[in-house]
Amino acid sequence: MPKLKDVKKVLVIGSGPIIIGQAAEFDYAGSQACRALKEEGLEVVLVNSNPATIMTDVHIADRVYVEPISVEFLENIIKKERPDSLLATLGGQVGLNMAMELEEKGILSEYHVRLLGTQIAAIRRGEDRELFKETMEKIHQPIPESTIVETVMAACSFARQIGYPLIVRPAYTLGGTGGGIANDEDELVDIVQKGLGYSPIGQCLIERSIAGWKEIEYEVIRDANDNCITVCSMENVDPVGVHTGDSIVVAPVQTLNDKEVQLMRQVSIDIVRALGVVGGCNVQLALDPYSENYYVIEVNPRVSRSSALASKATGYPIAKVTAKIAVGYTLDEIENAVTKKTKACFEPTIDYIVLKFPRWPFDKFVTADRTLGTQMKATGEVMAIERSFEASMLKAIRSLEIGLTHIQMPELTKLSDAEVKERIALIDDQRIFAVAEGLRRGMTIDEINAVTKIDKWFLSKIQNIVKMEKTLATHPLTPSLLKRAKRLGFADSVIGGIVGKTAMEIRSERKAAGIIPTYKMVDTCAAEFEAATPYYYSCYEEEDEVEVTPHKKAVVLGSGPIRIGQGVEFDYCSVHCVWALKELGYETIIINNNPETVSTDFDISDKLYFEPLTTEDVLNVIDKERPEGVIVQFGGQTAINLAGPLAAAGVNILGSSVDSIDRAEDRERFDELLSECGIPRPKGHTVFDTEGALAAAHDVGYPVMVRPSYVLGGRAMEIVYNDEELKHYMSSAVKASHEHPVLVDHYILGTEVEVDAICDGKEVLLPGIMQHVERTGVHSGDSIAVYPPLSLSEAVIKTIIKYTNQMALGLEVKGMINIQYIVRDENVYVIEVNPRSSRTVPYLSKVTGVSMVDVATMCAMGRSLREQGYKPGLRMFPDYYAVKAPVFSFNKMSNVDITLGPEMKSTGEVMACDYQFSRALYKACIASGINVPHEGAILITVADMDKEEAVEIARGFEELGYVVTATGGTAKYLEEHGIHVVRATKVSEGSPNIIDDIKAGRISMVINTTNHGRDAERDGFKIRRSTVEHAIPCLTSMDTARELQRVMTAMRRRRVVSVMALQDLTYDD
Amino acid sequence: MHEQVRLGKLCLIDGSVYHGRLYGGERQAVGEVVFTTGMSGYQETLTDPSFCSQIVVMTYPLVGNYGINPMFDQGRRSYFAGYVIGDLCDCPSNWRCESTLEAFLKEQELPCLTGVDTRSITRKIRSHGVLKGVIVAEETSDEEVQALLASPDVHDQIAQVTTPNIYTLGHRSKKYHVAVLDLGIKQNILNFLQLFDCHLTVFPAFTSAEEILRYDPDGIFLSNGPGDPKDVPEVIENIKKLMGQRPIFGICMGHQLLALANGADTYKMKFGHRGINQPVKDLRQNKIYISSQNHGFAVDEKSLAGKGITVTHISMNDGTVEGLEYRDHPSFAVQYHPEACPGPGGHEYLFQHFIDLMEGRHHA
Repeated sequence: MPKLKDVKKVLVIGSGPIIIGQAAEFDYAGSQACRALKEEGLEVVLVNSNPATIMTDVHIADRVYVEPISVEFLENIIKKERPDSLLATLGGQVGLNMAMELEEKGILSEYHVRLLGTQIAAIRRGEDRELFKETMEKIHQPIPESTIVETVMAACSFARQIGYPLIVRPAYTLGGTGGGIANDEDELVDIVQKGLGYSPIGQCLIERSIAGWKEIEYEVIRDANDNCITVCSMENVDPVGVHTGDSIVVAPVQTLNDKEVQLMRQVSIDIVRALGVVGGCNVQLALDPYSENYYVIEVNPRVSRSSALASKATGYPIAKVTAKIAVGYTLDEIENAVTKKTKACFEPTIDYIVLKFPRWPFDKFVTADRTLGTQMKATGEVMAIERSFEASMLKAIRSLEIGLTHIQMPELTKLSDAEVKERIALIDDQRIFAVAEGLRRGMTIDEINAVTKIDKWFLSKIQNIVKMEKTLATHPLTPSLLKRAKRLGFADSVIGGIVGKTAMEIRSERKAAGIIPTYKMVDTCAAEFEAATPYYYSCYEEEDEVEVTPHKKAVVLGSGPIRIGQGVEFDYCSVHCVWALKELGYETIIINNNPETVSTDFDISDKLYFEPLTTEDVLNVIDKERPEGVIVQFGGQTAINLAGPLAAAGVNILGSSVDSIDRAEDRERFDELLSECGIPRPKGHTVFDTEGALAAAHDVGYPVMVRPSYVLGGRAMEIVYNDEELKHYMSSAVKASHEHPVLVDHYILGTEVEVDAICDGKEVLLPGIMQHVERTGVHSGDSIAVYPPLSLSEAVIKTIIKYTNQMALGLEVKGMINIQYIVRDENVYVIEVNPRSSRTVPYLSKVTGVSMVDVATMCAMGRSLREQGYKPGLRMFPDYYAVKAPVFSFNKMSNVDITLGPEMKSTGEVMACDYQFSRALYKACIASGINVPHEGAILITVADMDKEEAVEIARGFEELGYVVTATGGTAKYLEEHGIHVVRATKVSEGSPNIIDDIKAGRISMVINTTNHGRDAERDGFKIRRSTVEHAIPCLTSMDTARELQRVMTAMRRRRVVSVMALQDLTYDD
Repeated sequence: MHEQVRLGKLCLIDGSVYHGRLYGGERQAVGEVVFTTGMSGYQETLTDPSFCSQIVVMTYPLVGNYGINPMFDQGRRSYFAGYVIGDLCDCPSNWRCESTLEAFLKEQELPCLTGVDTRSITRKIRSHGVLKGVIVAEETSDEEVQALLASPDVHDQIAQVTTPNIYTLGHRSKKYHVAVLDLGIKQNILNFLQLFDCHLTVFPAFTSAEEILRYDPDGIFLSNGPGDPKDVPEVIENIKKLMGQRPIFGICMGHQLLALANGADTYKMKFGHRGINQPVKDLRQNKIYISSQNHGFAVDEKSLAGKGITVTHISMNDGTVEGLEYRDHPSFAVQYHPEACPGPGGHEYLFQHFIDLMEGRHHA
């Protein structure tokens, strides 16, 4: 069947901001799909509110709308662009939900938009619990006994029939938001109550728990001609009970015999056929470890996180094939892009083992509940490829960047045997490390299997690792033993640690003995056919398949797993760097380990090495490829951290030198530069212990900003106001030492300004200046940023340009530099400088028309700004505003305080552009998921220092017709200033109190700041958490509240919905 | 735990040598080295008689993960000459696991070389085509290796694997009586036919047509089997006599022999199709089926012209013939393995077609 004839212009819906449960995988899938559609000569209109993506680059789609993903906005875009078709199955759950809403509201039929790929009826059969159940019953596929409830009472009565444990899953939510396992009625009531709130249709599925069974996944693709193949099978190391996004997963399945494999495969295919999916589909199954009984757990009738993993694990481009199928091709008409010889209608077979390990944000959310269940908590993941499970596991752990190089956690080694046993029984992010520790202590595989239900096969492989540790400790390190250890995946540093040598010593011994990694190709077919795509992984085998070319080449280091503080924006930068290098005629080599991203797509770079980003693993690739050098400035802190060790090993760092990086990061050296240039910064000191910290604080004066040096995303950063808080910080939040000093700076309250500039070593280009809505003290990643700045004087702008020039030139930057300033009383202070690409680069690139990474890459490679046609200095501000707003995933994380502060908490961001600032900000708020109420009660409860500011805000809302409600002190203060306040009861004053008001829906927005100190027991914390659980906006910065109030005033009688494509923005040179 | 480590090597006729550890049988292995890409189903593969006298390389590196269970056997024993794998699992885990692969290899006296770069061997076979090789102990001299490599190729694989006696399967009350010509039949074909309401009389490969017809079957099934179809001209002659007498269904070797009996030709492929992910297109339905395959020979499409033969199935990987239908008599055959084991199902319609042909004869 040829391409559908009447499809000319396709609307593609992206997945929006990165949140837990919906991450970079959709940038990968969406970009691949858009490119596949353009390849067919189709005009592509893209809607995605996330500016940090490759997908929203102007050349990925013909028309790129960075607008809120809501029916209102989509309808306007449809009205304006008049696409003839819609592709919605590549934009995650958001895309699917939008397609269903557009259909239900009759918008698709009104504008004659045809839905491509999987049709609405099929989506419903996969998504609607009741329809899904019916469909499964029709084809005799077992699903766990379940019922759908809309009340807590119904849930309890079902529980009385079936018994416990029961799983609760709210309908139509992302990543299982609000779900959980209930072991008794109390837990059931609690989970169901919340779950009903999360579900947009107020439904929860209650079902029998099959926790402990094997969790198996299949990625299936079906075309409109009913051809159906499975791309990849996956087995979760963590049995059923842990969300698959939070599970360690291997591909292919390992512990199933062929009969079981074929059973699971056939069931998956039967299900996909019964649903009528056209394109990619993910099927999750539970298999009894002791029989062939199974249950169908869930189906995602769309491209998903698992399909990104399956694509990277096998080399089979699921998103691309799904897009081709959507426009009418059948599997036998689509080329296998990897072999270029065979067709897409085959099932990949692999000759290695892939392991996915989730990356959790518990390093940032130290108070969060770390236990894992049906609610996904990971922000990202890493993937490792090797020839054995052991080596895959160890590679994955190295890739995580959690300070570990081995399946061993120092904290656990200190525990007693009994404590280790407890930790093994606890299902949390550290369980696998506890398992290894238990095996190290002599616990048996049977014992651990009985507690964890983790299959003995996996446990015995972990035991192999432990055995090797013991062998290394007790035997002389002969070349043959060294080779065995390397084959099992042991890092040089780990071997060195056991035998008492440094990693570099082991490395030289190893190389002297000829023990070097061989690189094998990921080719979809286990070498049956020759492959054309250079996608490699390392292993210690005999034959190396890499063809090293004589071309000039450069290595680009990626940014590893998505985590808070280092998100998809750095992947955007890596990809652009590759494109720029290609333009300069370089052979490009990417090293990265994140399966969700565009950078690890096999056709981005000339060569892709899927490897951990550690000194050893990177040096091995460099030994092999002998590139001209390595570019580190686009891979976030991950790549920057490798610059020093790589340079020490003799690797050429392209662009800004290691010395430049060090001068920016080393406080004393940086201070020298600042005093040379006469640039002021908040007074501060580097300290190594509590006494030093107190002395420093007294010298600079409270409040002080404290943080460990070399931070990522403001980790463990706080503002403290007195000695007591400082002592608490020094003893609990950081482990200060001479190797890990702590910085104590005076905190200046002012306006925060951020600049991303590009320097060619001689001159500096400032594409733009951004101003933050929130005052200093809120992490820049969590602030609303506005470009161009709203309220900076010409004098301040001039100072900023001058300082930026001085620092970029002073640091001898060749490429990107990111600087954060504080402006107070017309004075400009520097607070942070990073000689690398930053989070705001994709956003700023898209709204200034300067493709900053490309320009910076060229500078790094020696091409001046002028040679590239850029005039140095600050570019002219445009006639529109572009607002970037943070997006949080607090509803996935219980027990985390949502108050904004110096520590970054957001997982993603959105952008909105408009000629009017108010509308741009308003659209950004909508896009970021702030459910701005148009009426109702606003609860204001603020700290003493914020009360004065609260008056103006409260008055503003009152004038707009909102009811102002407040408790105790705030109420009194507001009343004294003439505001009519509806008094509310504090939590401590008994019930019904404000929490009850929130639960009952009597409050539609909360403005809350608290007195200092981080006591989770406080009312404030409870109020803030309950706003998360009941999905009402809660503003924790007076600045955000004030701006929102202004915007609400400005937008009152204006049309909110107005859309513009990035292609319509005009820039001046 | 593994037994004491024995070092061994795989020597190919082109001079390349792969060093590893030896398990299982202590004899020397000589045979054609082939690779199979299935990631599961090693026991079914090991016991598939079609691999008789071959040295089989598993491309998936971890083998033996779920142990061994007699229920998965496809033949009376393993007829492999030798086995080459990346890693032999010493900790199998599966509720059906009754024994380890290592114990199985020992019991079958099958020499197995492990710890070698199986992908490298696969790439060699892919570029050179199948190669003769030997698995021997590490200390074996070059002369001895050369002598082994120079040993004559075997041509009697079917005779080695076929049943020595006629036997029956299934109760006579079943609706159809199928005469099965055992050229090295896999157990699951026998199971499948019985599931389709057939009782079977299984004949040794060299049984005469007259003898078979004396049993008055409703249909004749030509099984899979090892080696070059041209090694058994007497079987081809017998098939010629059976054509038109009864509906015939052939699989793999049966498919090749049926083609030869109809005047078509077969040829040896470069490295064949061995795996459980092979796409086949049914040209009549315009549908893709993922199939289990194990063949080193194929029917030459060019030889079909004017012989009353229709190509019904082709391989989507290389376009080679995967299924034929005969216009002059009610016979059809496929090159791949619809019975799976190992590999994917979904091919029941072929067995149903055979039943329909027999049913047609009932009513004729």
